[in-house]
Amino acid sequence: MPTELQIVVCAGIVPDPLQALEPVTTPAGPGLKNEMVLPAVLDPWAASALYEAAALAQKNPGSKLWLVSLGPKAKLQQVMMTVAQKVAFELVPVDGPIGGFPDAHSTAAALAEAIAALPGLDKQKLLVFGGWESASRGAGVTLQIIGEKLGITEQFQGVDQITLQGDGSFEVLERVEGGKHQVSVCASAPAVLGWATGSLAEPRNNPQIGMANMRTIMPALQKAKTVKLDPNGLSYTSVSLPKQTRETRVEKNMSTDEIAAELAAWIAAE
Amino acid sequence: MEKILVLTHCDGAELTKASLEAVAAGQELAARLSAPLAIGVVGAPAALNAVAATGATFFAVTGEAFAQARYATDAAALEALCRAAQATIVLAPGSSRLNRVAAGVAARLGGFVDTHITALGGEAKLEANRWFYRQRIEAVLARDARPWILVLDAGSRAPYAGTAGTATVETVSVEAPATRTTVTGLRAPEQGQQTIRPDAKLLFVAGAGWTKKQPDGQLHTGKAAELILGFLRSTSSSLGSSKSLVDQGGEGNSVLPFLTHMNQIGQTGATPRHPKGLSTCCHGEEPHVVGWRFIGDRRAISLDANCGWTRGKADVVYIADAFEVMEKVNALLAK
Repeated sequence: MPTELQIVVCAGIVPDPLQALEPVTTPAGPGLKNEMVLPAVLDPWAASALYEAAALAQKNPGSKLWLVSLGPKAKLQQVMMTVAQKVAFELVPVDGPIGGFPDAHSTAAALAEAIAALPGLDKQKLLVFGGWESASRGAGVTLQIIGEKLGITEQFQGVDQITLQGDGSFEVLERVEGGKHQVSVCASAPAVLGWATGSLAEPRNNPQIGMANMRTIMPALQKAKTVKLDPNGLSYTSVSLPKQTRETRVEKNMSTDEIAAELAAWIAAE
Repeated sequence: MEKILVLTHCDGAELTKASLEAVAAGQELAARLSAPLAIGVVGAPAALNAVAATGATFFAVTGEAFAQARYATDAAALEALCRAAQATIVLAPGSSRLNRVAAGVAARLGGFVDTHITALGGEAKLEANRWFYRQRIEAVLARDARPWILVLDAGSRAPYAGTAGTATVETVSVEAPATRTTVTGLRAPEQGQQTIRPDAKLLFVAGAGWTKKQPDGQLHTGKAAELILGFLRSTSSSLGSSKSLVDQGGEGNSVLPFLTHMNQIGQTGATPRHPKGLSTCCHGEEPHVVGWRFIGDRRAISLDANCGWTRGKADVVYIADAFEVMEKVNALLAK
């Protein structure tokens, strides 16, 4: 029997992974050079969460899917033009700073407040999704704090799979050490799930979904609440690119036998 | 004055290696700050005998409900340990168990948390090193607010290796919280297909070239799988993969059957720590190379002498066909 769910996906925006990044100092603290003009994408692990959420909502008629995202409105609008083509959702934008350097605790507080204020939210049906870490801060902190602020103590991180059972319970696979998964059964919502990669490929662009999404995205962006993030005593002594460059020995003329012998000796050496 | 607590947990009856690394960091920090040190364990109090020589104060939360890694019960146990020790600085090992729950515990304590810490330093005050943007930018940060939980990346320092003794442990009483979650066990890859070994001396990285057409115009995925698995078996090394190779499975292309997203390293994957790394058939530029960040001695086999995986990143690059080289390496290792 399908279970009616309310799924909230928390997803930030990050620079396109192929962009060169250079740290700079700004009046608000560390940032990236030309940050506002760097091409941005939806955070990769959070994107996995969004696609898994959409698949889950589709399998369970009557379910609802929100995408809650904190970032500068202009950047959110740019990224949503692409994301909106993938799956159907209702955007809840929060206008705030971009990047990995603002404090995660303040980010979590702003997102939790936005979730708590969702009209028609039923916590008994609530699944809060997101990436288990972001590609910017990479801390794995935000979702846990959101859960605590919403009073949700069933939490899972590094999730690769959720399987809903007929009675409303669900099985979760979480990544643990050694390439294994911890298997848990949660009796019911609410729960927080921080996703790793999941198993779904990125959906193809669907212009019809895009048009339907954009009808609600643009008004939502216009009404987005602006937040200022408290640093909570966090300060940065230095922010820099790694300087270590190796002197690479390039072997172009060794025979296959010579290479194999050298590698075998290298592997055997302590 | 700061009060330092190291949180630990057990694997069976003994502290985990990551826990011992955190103990070593805590002992060093306590000495530097002239601060009292406490060590708390979730699990068997007797496990603390291994770190008795630290001279710390010891706390434990025990009981059936807390034996299993699970958010609700771990959060309650760790919160109780932090409150019992009245710690201002809490160090925790970066295991999946503690990473899952550390931020929640900080929230309950009204404190703050920073994770993936790779080093602790600072003169007048505590500073912590961590990476941002998937290991592409390194920062040194500090916090004035307390309590401050720092989750230390596993493998970033040597574990505590003092002599064992008898620890006097104060048991902290915690009521098991109501939870709707039942842990049913672990699911591992099929027998013989275990390819991720965090403690291996060597990381073998397979790139997308293994499943591309070879000089004879044909795919040799079966041969690639045989060579890679043969190498992993004979060296007990761990297998990492580039994103492009793992993604091929989802795109319906010829794939290596034992690869999953858990093998993926780099920008959107893991950044494992191993003393040596051997990259094969990998191509990519700086963003993809973060999978190398914490590998000590790096070698690569590539057909492209200018590949971003190698120039300035590897110690040695062999310009050669990985199929041919690995077949001979496997033959030599089998002798």
